[in-house]
Amino acid sequence: MELNELYISLLIGALKALLGITFLLALAAVNTWFERKVSALIQNRTGANRASLFGMDLAGLVNTLVCDPLKAFLKEDWVPKGVSQFMHCLPVFFAVFPVLLCIAAIPFAPPLTALGLEISLQVTNLNAGLLFVFAFGSLAVLGVLLAGYVSNNKFALFGGLRAVAQMVSYEVVLGLSALSMLIIYRSLDLQDMVLAQSGTFYGLPNWGIFLNPLAFFIFFTAMMAETKRAPFDLPESESELVAGYLTEYSGMKFLLFWLSEFAEIVICACLVSIIFLGGWQLPYFDITTITSDWGGVLPDWFNRMNFQWAPLLGAGIFGLKVTAMCVLQIIIRWTLPRFRYDQLMSFCWKILFSLCILNLVGTAILMLSGGYNIWEA
Amino acid sequence: MGEVANNWQSSELGDSLHSQTMIVNMGPSHPATHGTIRLIIELDGEIVRRCDVDVGYLHRGFEKECENTRYHQVIPYTDRLNYVSPVINNVGYCLAIEQLLKVQVPPRCQAIRVILSELSRIGDHLTCLGAAAMELGAFTVMLYMMEAREYIYELIEMVTGARVTISYCRIGGLRSDLLENFHAELTPRLTKIKKKLNECDKLLTRNRIFVDRMVGVGIIAADEAIGYALTGPMLRASGVNYDVRKAFPYSGYENYNFEVPLGTKGDNYDRYIVRFNEIEQSMSIVEQALKKLPGGPICVDDPHIIMPSKDEVYSSIEGMISQFKMVFDGVRPPAGEVYFPVEGGNGEVGFYVVSDSSNIPYRVHVRAPSFIHMGIFGRLVEGHSLADIIALFGMTNMIGGECDR
Repeated sequence: MELNELYISLLIGALKALLGITFLLALAAVNTWFERKVSALIQNRTGANRASLFGMDLAGLVNTLVCDPLKAFLKEDWVPKGVSQFMHCLPVFFAVFPVLLCIAAIPFAPPLTALGLEISLQVTNLNAGLLFVFAFGSLAVLGVLLAGYVSNNKFALFGGLRAVAQMVSYEVVLGLSALSMLIIYRSLDLQDMVLAQSGTFYGLPNWGIFLNPLAFFIFFTAMMAETKRAPFDLPESESELVAGYLTEYSGMKFLLFWLSEFAEIVICACLVSIIFLGGWQLPYFDITTITSDWGGVLPDWFNRMNFQWAPLLGAGIFGLKVTAMCVLQIIIRWTLPRFRYDQLMSFCWKILFSLCILNLVGTAILMLSGGYNIWEA
Repeated sequence: MGEVANNWQSSELGDSLHSQTMIVNMGPSHPATHGTIRLIIELDGEIVRRCDVDVGYLHRGFEKECENTRYHQVIPYTDRLNYVSPVINNVGYCLAIEQLLKVQVPPRCQAIRVILSELSRIGDHLTCLGAAAMELGAFTVMLYMMEAREYIYELIEMVTGARVTISYCRIGGLRSDLLENFHAELTPRLTKIKKKLNECDKLLTRNRIFVDRMVGVGIIAADEAIGYALTGPMLRASGVNYDVRKAFPYSGYENYNFEVPLGTKGDNYDRYIVRFNEIEQSMSIVEQALKKLPGGPICVDDPHIIMPSKDEVYSSIEGMISQFKMVFDGVRPPAGEVYFPVEGGNGEVGFYVVSDSSNIPYRVHVRAPSFIHMGIFGRLVEGHSLADIIALFGMTNMIGGECDR
């Protein structure tokens, strides 16, 4: 490889990484706004509306995106008695870092052709992208466990232990439900999965949710449990455990935990959109076929640029789907009460796990009998 | 649940590993106990082995304070007993003193007392159910219920001028009459409350997660409930038909047509259902009472008991003297003792008053249902999981002001 090419590919890689992280963090931050506004909408309240910049409160965006982080920054960095500062910080790192890495394997849009190169719009083009996301997603449990352990607080310890049991159990279900989709798509590459969902299947879009609705249900449920959101918010159930593993965390450390939770929600929404909702695809329409002409509406100089619409549209569609999935999670969170610990475990191992096995066997049988021949279609 | 607990305890792992129980201090600063109570819990994993209930964090010396204030001045203190339904405490205290004085209030006064008591009961149950739902994680339901309670508070404010510490009843009457447009204000609000309740009903009553968390939790058998002197929804959920309004009718409750909702198993879910149904019954009582609201005075016609009107004070010498005597001396019930129970939001609220014929009570004791219900609480949570404590505490509906007095 020539040095020039190396520089260019490095630069593109850096740009993509920046884009990915920005997308994730921005959506996570906007999610905190959704959380407050959607819950307010459900509960007949106004929600965040106090702070304003230059007379604009932007429907509470100033509150959640400017004032909340600022407040957290200015809080005292408090460490409980008998806990080392380093150990108290470590869980925050474990909670945030793996989640941010997950975005690397997520494909945002169809590939872009520029500078004579085909650039795939995902940070790294992994052929085992799904495994990568699962691997780093499951690392988040370390942060929670450590947080519960180093807080020197009984409620935090309870929260940490609950979180570990919950996350480890639901990971099994998560993996098994994804496995049935792997059988259908015959690939672990997330971009391949999206490409497999073009076209139609008995008149319906060829999406995972229509190919295997049961897997969608199980996957979505398990993902909600993984992100520790109501009705699965036992690790931090405020009325029982004060704030669970977060009890002794305040200020910026708390905010980072919170951010990682919201980033997990985004990753969860991304995975659901990619595996089950066709990623950046539109139903009944292939966006990669769009030409740059648009029937001569656009000016000539624009047409000469040979602008590629597909990546832009694809990213937009993907973003919309992810946002919708995030909002769906928030709506569920504000509707349902929470499980009890033993009910949570029996729901996972007795109901979801058996459904997963059934689903897996069923999918395999359908696959072998040629029911799912989406690749040939 | 008890079955699960035993499985965890007798596992082989527990025998071979060194393990010990953990003592957790739940409260007084804990989101579920909010400063009013401390639960010292011995936990074996998630299972409660022993629970020690420590009450008294809201003790203000109500009963002692009453021995130093004149009869009328006790009324504002009673507001602060069960601060979720203060009217009922007002009514109970005034009825007790009226029995000491051997006077009967006019029918209009009785009807207004019933209307406001029932409205307060609705508010009390809404608060209890809403808080219990919130503690189970259903935050939205709580806000819906609070919204419904807000309509009740609006009505109470309209009549009494205050939302919580109302001090509305007087010995031998009431502070003021209902507004003329009270009926017109009430009807749309009751409709709105019914609508909100319907929403909450849809969100909770058949919600699988909610039902699983409530059914079979904290079962109290009927004889045990009687043995622990439980009253109110706690008792009726166990299937015992005892309601002070039916058993010892006061303020003309015998004239209204209402049912006493009963449970069968005595678990949390029954308590929830009983409270929910009682709200409907209370609404029907309010409507009946308004329909046949009698006219006439709202206070007894006795200058030794009731303050004269301002007109009389300014225009007649008798009025002036009577006002002076009421302010500086107050009522003087004949020597004797009385126990008067009324049906509060949580159960039987009884006022035991001893008079030595002076103008201050010799002794006032309140039979506070919350305090008595806390007696069974420790035994109730044993064998249940940590999360069930919250559900049980919510449905026991311990009101700190009433419990600690």
